[in-house]
Amino acid sequence: MSTLSCKHVLNMRDMTVEDIYLTLDVAKSFKEINERPIKKLPTLRGRTVVNFFLEPSTRTRTSFEIAAKRLSADGVNFAASASATAKGESLVDTAQTLDAMSCDLVVIRHKYAGSPHILTQNMRARIINGGDGKHQHPTQALLDLFTMRERFGKIEGLKVGIVGDIAHSRVAGSLVEGLTMLGAEVTLIAPPTLLPARPDYWGTSVSVSHKIDDVLPELDVLYMLRIQLERIEQAPFPSLREYARLFGVGTERMAKMKPDAIIMHPGPVNRGVELTSEAVDAANNLLLYQVNAGVAVRMALMYLLLGGKPEGISE
Amino acid sequence: MALLLKNARCVDPQVELDAICDVLVRDGQIAQIGKPGTVDMAKGVQKDLSGRILIPGMMDMHVHLREPGYEYKEDVASGSRAAAKGGFTAVLCMPNTKPVINDATQVAYVIDKAQLYARTNIYVAGALSHGLKGEALSEMGDMVSSGAIAFTDDGRGVQDSGMMRRAMDYAKQFNVPVLSHCQDEGLVANGVVNEGLVSTRLGLASWPAAGEEIQIARDIALCEITGCALHVQHISTARGVDLVRAAKNAGLPVTCEVTPHHLFLCEDDLDERYDTNLKMNPPLRTRDDMLALQTALTEGIIDCVATDHAPHAAHEKALEFELAPFGTIGLETALGLVYGNLVAGGKMTLASMIARMSVAPRRILGLQAVRLEEGNVADLTIFNPDILWTVRAEDFCSKSKNSAFLGLELKGRATDVYVEGYASLEDGKVVD
Repeated sequence: MSTLSCKHVLNMRDMTVEDIYLTLDVAKSFKEINERPIKKLPTLRGRTVVNFFLEPSTRTRTSFEIAAKRLSADGVNFAASASATAKGESLVDTAQTLDAMSCDLVVIRHKYAGSPHILTQNMRARIINGGDGKHQHPTQALLDLFTMRERFGKIEGLKVGIVGDIAHSRVAGSLVEGLTMLGAEVTLIAPPTLLPARPDYWGTSVSVSHKIDDVLPELDVLYMLRIQLERIEQAPFPSLREYARLFGVGTERMAKMKPDAIIMHPGPVNRGVELTSEAVDAANNLLLYQVNAGVAVRMALMYLLLGGKPEGISE
Repeated sequence: MALLLKNARCVDPQVELDAICDVLVRDGQIAQIGKPGTVDMAKGVQKDLSGRILIPGMMDMHVHLREPGYEYKEDVASGSRAAAKGGFTAVLCMPNTKPVINDATQVAYVIDKAQLYARTNIYVAGALSHGLKGEALSEMGDMVSSGAIAFTDDGRGVQDSGMMRRAMDYAKQFNVPVLSHCQDEGLVANGVVNEGLVSTRLGLASWPAAGEEIQIARDIALCEITGCALHVQHISTARGVDLVRAAKNAGLPVTCEVTPHHLFLCEDDLDERYDTNLKMNPPLRTRDDMLALQTALTEGIIDCVATDHAPHAAHEKALEFELAPFGTIGLETALGLVYGNLVAGGKMTLASMIARMSVAPRRILGLQAVRLEEGNVADLTIFNPDILWTVRAEDFCSKSKNSAFLGLELKGRATDVYVEGYASLEDGKVVD
């Protein structure tokens, strides 16, 4: 197994378990390269990677941009403010326009679920979903899996609690699927107003709790989601203060965790909401590790989708 | 000139007819029906319909003809051609046009267009509230004088219960039904797919069944206090059916319709392709809901099939799922779907299909019944029950091709349609 079985990465379930492990293995090689003084590889020289971001994003876009540059691809940013879509051009037309420019790989971030699929129908390029609406964000899940695997040596059997706005979170959408595919046990911890209608869709290894304190002592990973105030139409909880009291984590709750348990967060953190400032500072090494791993994982996906072989990296 | 339709299996449960007959049509009426060879015609056209089924003309009481205002999606001429192609002799068009059909002038405009261009009978439903805003009564009396036969805010639920009560109270004096699109906006908000597995799976905003059922229950309660006939549009859930069943058992003047897409598709059909032709309002529900709707139609709790024919231009449907408009076209596939799946599939009798697709819509709307008997108007649907055909975009007469059933193989298709004795469809081709 030395290539991905999927042509695009739109959903975690586009990948097999083997695909996921291959990506994580390749990412590990790239992560080592990222620690070197000269971080550039010639492997994607002459290939064009378009960052097609229709939603404001700095962190993810920059991560993809750095990943493309480290592989010597020509990276182009096609951002919402500068794009034709602001002038009323449809996604189909924009995709066909980009296709006519012969791109090799397109990373799309859009506020509407399913939009990456529209690109696959209108372009020859490989597509990576950089986050679509409330649906999926597979590269975030891959970098999270990478981080957990580096920390614990394996994913199988880990107990992971995901806390926060599960219903509106594409991060959770992908992470839950990735974790269950690799054999972890997941507890979704949130008020009922922040849960999707049917969490049982994810299977028997996923459970639900409304009381973080009940679950906390069991967990290997406490994954805190950002409360995305911009994506919540009707206030699903009375106040940030009450949310922080019921579901937020500070030093007190941290003390209840297993000694080797870790706190993760996709960033950016709302200090004082899902995590207190003290908790952020205590967890910060790992949160920044996630960011660092993000570049390596994205390099790995670009490399593999454009036909690279794992054994070709060692230069 | 006379027309002799020979050797078709003529079926009409209203007159307890199911036999191979010859039908003589003259002056827009059925002049004579009799055993093959017993009906004579001095001069005229003869047509052999061996192997075909001849039934009272079908009526679709829920159609968007998009005129005036959205003629790029559909208009009276193209919509009525689509109706003829699908085997319908009559349709009722909805008022959510631009401008809204909420006064006598707009009703008259559509009826004029129909007289000039239509291949089928076109009836008009006027807006229940002015501008479909759910705030003030429309001029129902004026619209009735111009020919409106029902009132509805189709596309939106009336949010204020007091307003709905006033509208039903007021409509009652004209002896016309109120057609209710049941949708509680507080619960539904920006939902686009059924709340449950599909909304979780696809990360889409959810449209809960309760958002429909609450308004069905409310409108049934308002039917009881106003006495106004209530017709629940495009019912989509099992509990909605239970509510209608209870209302009927209580003797209330409540009827309802179901669309072919809610009968034969469910939320499981939505996948990672995010096919916007499967985005409809109300949304596709669960498989259990779908099966309950089939049973209720068979039993007659659901009175009729109506397509909610909702044409949208290709560029409008080729958008992100959350941005694309709701709706599927339905006129040209309804007969094949219902006949093939239910009648040929052994779940419903042909007589019941005729009751749901020809008889009930006219009864609900207070129109003259169309019967296969001498002296009756010659509005006839003739179809080939054995033909297998594939739904293809390029074959639609509708201006829009947004069908939820593209690529599907159907059994049964209209071959000939007569409206007041004149052919609208002949040998599968629309007569222009």
